[in-house]
Amino acid sequence: MLKAEVRDALIAVLGTNGYKDDSQTLVTHSYDGTPMLQALPDAVVYPADTAQVAAVMKVLHEHRIPLVSRGSGTNLCGGTVPVQGGVVMVMHRMNRILEVDLENLTATVQPGLITKQFITHVESLGLFYPPDPSSMAISTIGGNIAECSGGLRGLKYGTTKDYVIGLEAVLASGEIIRTGGKLMKDVAGYDLTKLLVGSEGTLAVITEATLKLIPPPKAKKTMLAMYSDLYDAARTVSKIIENRIIPATLEFLDNPTIRVVDEFAGLGLPLDMAAILLIEQDGEPELVERDIALMASICRNEHADRVTVAEDAAEALKLLTARRSAFTALARLRPTTILEDATVPRSKIADMVLEINRIAAKYEVNICTFGHAGDGNLHPTATTDARNPEEIHRVEEAFAEIFEAAIALGGTITGEHGVGLVKAPYLEWKVGVEGMALMQGIKNTFDPHHLLNPGKLFAKSARRRVVIDRG
Amino acid sequence: MAENRQQSAGTGTITKLNPLAEKLQLRLDEDQLTNCMRCGFCLPACPTFRETGIEAESPRGRIALMKAVADGLMDPDAAFEEQMNHCLGCRACEPACPADVKYGQLIEQARDAIEDHTTSHRWWVKGLRKTMFRGVFPKQERMQLLGRAMSLYQRSGLQRLARGSGLMKLLPSHLAEMEAILPPASGQGVIERIGDRHRAKGERIGTVGLFRGCIMDVMFTDTNVKTVELLTEAGFDVVIPKAQQCCGALHAHSGEPEEARSLARGNIEAFKQAGVDYIATNAGGCGAILVEYDHLLHEDYKWEADAKWFASRVMDISDLLVRYGRIPRFLESAADGDKQVRITYQDSCHLRNVMRSADAPRTLMRQIEGVAYVELPEADRCCGSAGIYNITQPEMAASLLEGKMAQVETTGATHVLTSNPGCLLQMKLGEHRCGGSRQVEHLVDFLHERLVKQL
Repeated sequence: MLKAEVRDALIAVLGTNGYKDDSQTLVTHSYDGTPMLQALPDAVVYPADTAQVAAVMKVLHEHRIPLVSRGSGTNLCGGTVPVQGGVVMVMHRMNRILEVDLENLTATVQPGLITKQFITHVESLGLFYPPDPSSMAISTIGGNIAECSGGLRGLKYGTTKDYVIGLEAVLASGEIIRTGGKLMKDVAGYDLTKLLVGSEGTLAVITEATLKLIPPPKAKKTMLAMYSDLYDAARTVSKIIENRIIPATLEFLDNPTIRVVDEFAGLGLPLDMAAILLIEQDGEPELVERDIALMASICRNEHADRVTVAEDAAEALKLLTARRSAFTALARLRPTTILEDATVPRSKIADMVLEINRIAAKYEVNICTFGHAGDGNLHPTATTDARNPEEIHRVEEAFAEIFEAAIALGGTITGEHGVGLVKAPYLEWKVGVEGMALMQGIKNTFDPHHLLNPGKLFAKSARRRVVIDRG
Repeated sequence: MAENRQQSAGTGTITKLNPLAEKLQLRLDEDQLTNCMRCGFCLPACPTFRETGIEAESPRGRIALMKAVADGLMDPDAAFEEQMNHCLGCRACEPACPADVKYGQLIEQARDAIEDHTTSHRWWVKGLRKTMFRGVFPKQERMQLLGRAMSLYQRSGLQRLARGSGLMKLLPSHLAEMEAILPPASGQGVIERIGDRHRAKGERIGTVGLFRGCIMDVMFTDTNVKTVELLTEAGFDVVIPKAQQCCGALHAHSGEPEEARSLARGNIEAFKQAGVDYIATNAGGCGAILVEYDHLLHEDYKWEADAKWFASRVMDISDLLVRYGRIPRFLESAADGDKQVRITYQDSCHLRNVMRSADAPRTLMRQIEGVAYVELPEADRCCGSAGIYNITQPEMAASLLEGKMAQVETTGATHVLTSNPGCLLQMKLGEHRCGGSRQVEHLVDFLHERLVKQL
């Protein structure tokens, strides 16, 4: 419960419609898309503009009350669970597209805008905004910026950070800053824009973003390749890149995932296959044709058992079904689904998948792996039951070892989901003690009283490293 | 990570349960509550979330509230009750859910528990519920009596008198408006009009049992008659079992599952005795509960097998025509004149989300020669009718309908078609409110008017 004084001050800023602290509101802002996490805030606020965000922040700063800013709460790292209580700020009312600048090919938007609505709008203008996290039908641009979301098109087109060129944000003190602009070049000082992208709401509250748009590709083609040997599939990925082809999509399903997907969607997939690669190329029609033909021959040279190139959009949709149903099929297996995003250099995909399978067997847990092979971003997904603490413990141990394995292969603990709460204890493994100290220093500079999304990124203590034993 | 994942809220735990909380703990399916992984994919599909942008008004939010009550984290107060009743029950969240959470079942379990304890119904909701749910819907002869009374009221001049006298002003305004758009009622149902057995035209494909529906048969008797003719034209023998009753949908959705189960048993028996291959409905709202009789009776071992038999045979008339029948030829009608007829279609939520039939009605509409079909943007969004929702939650229903009519306007349609009586009345109400001249019709009526009959 907030003190009456604070409550009154917030209502004075936001009006009675913009402030809620009834039990129903608190319960429905106590979670996000991450399994098994819940903590109640003390109040929820719905600001309508930047001035209200700044005024709210000033009140909270004065009273040293934490703030968690969020969009739709779909993140998978516990990034928006208010673990230290305080105020949750929902950005949904700030959801306007302020401008699409056709001369500069930029768009300026408010953070509460739903990503899919934004994409649909720019596409109707004949333009293209590539970041496509699978939650984009409900996730917000602000949330995507805070987490630096990726997606299927990351390999060729990059992730959210590559499209954010300017920001307006409110600091913990309530001051408003502007970074970047409609600028394709800008080296005036430290790049604060990029620093805020992926900062998970721990440095500032993003209130406006200027995004880069690009012309859309003219044509697109889809193909599917199946392999009985995992290394053949992995080598195909490397060979494609070696041949200077950057496909628009290069997705991967491992054998446990193939089995689950086939059971769910009845696709008649060969169950003895070790891996499936789903490949798409887009661009100028003749280039697309050339790349697809070349990639098909690379697949065959690398001993693919079967290569199918879709002749039309309907067939492409069929080929996409296996990859698209992966998450749904896994989510239906058991009550609780824990989806992680360990990432390795793309040349290490096969090693990483084998490590995951070994670790899953060691801890006797069910982990299926699919993901973005082209950029090394894998989604080992555990299917389990939150009501079984003993099994959950084994899942946690398995994931700790998976993170360690990823780092050992030159990878990272998270490629696109963020650190948040659940990976905070592992962050030091990736960035080192010095890296942690530096990040802590940045945090202290922006937010000396630790009011912005406290408890995230920085764990009370790092986890003891797992020693990978081969026994 | 273990210590992190298992953090939970430290505040708000309730030690002493109130009776509603206890009932909810008993009724709510714990597996379904756990299956919700809070991914949020249901949010954009939910009409009430879209309308309000409030998390508690979403399926994820409502499930979190149910779980919080089941976990003892929250007291089920009046706001909780209100929130459960605010859900339209359109079930658009179910096709959107990766984890296949049976939201429809959860909301019915919650309402069932609430219904046992609530003290908060408004006077006319309480009165209406009791009379209609227990006294009228379950008994077709009383429905017909009601139909005769309404028919008399509409034809005798009483309606004009009532409207002129200002009597209608005593009713809440949305009820008075509803009264104004009701079609002429009938005291004679489909069986009284044309008999209960009809032979297929041409070679017989199979026997269809027609589910006539309690409201359909009083308010839309013509549509039932035309449904029979479309079915016989398509090659089906049609029987209309006399002993059939109300489907029980309104009871099940409003927290009266026992009444719904008793109606289900009666219907299963009636159609089993008729020995049918298919059971046809022309009302998505009825069809959706009929295809779930197996779930409704899954704890009743005596009826389990028969309920499965029944549920597997239920199909909307559109699906039946497209999948199994010989689709008759449809041609623009002489009455259409020179004017280009443009039709658009509002999905019945239950037909689309529960019976999963979105393509068949569109296939039929596209086949009508000389008539243009235009897809209604967001046709899959609830129009706000939602059973008796438009009566019990008039504000939200009105707001949804307003958005819906704005979309209809963009299509340039001359006719708006639907496949469910509730949606039909709601769209008529929308047309009435915006003062438009579009005709609102049941798909069956529109098709029948343009049917090219075999000799």
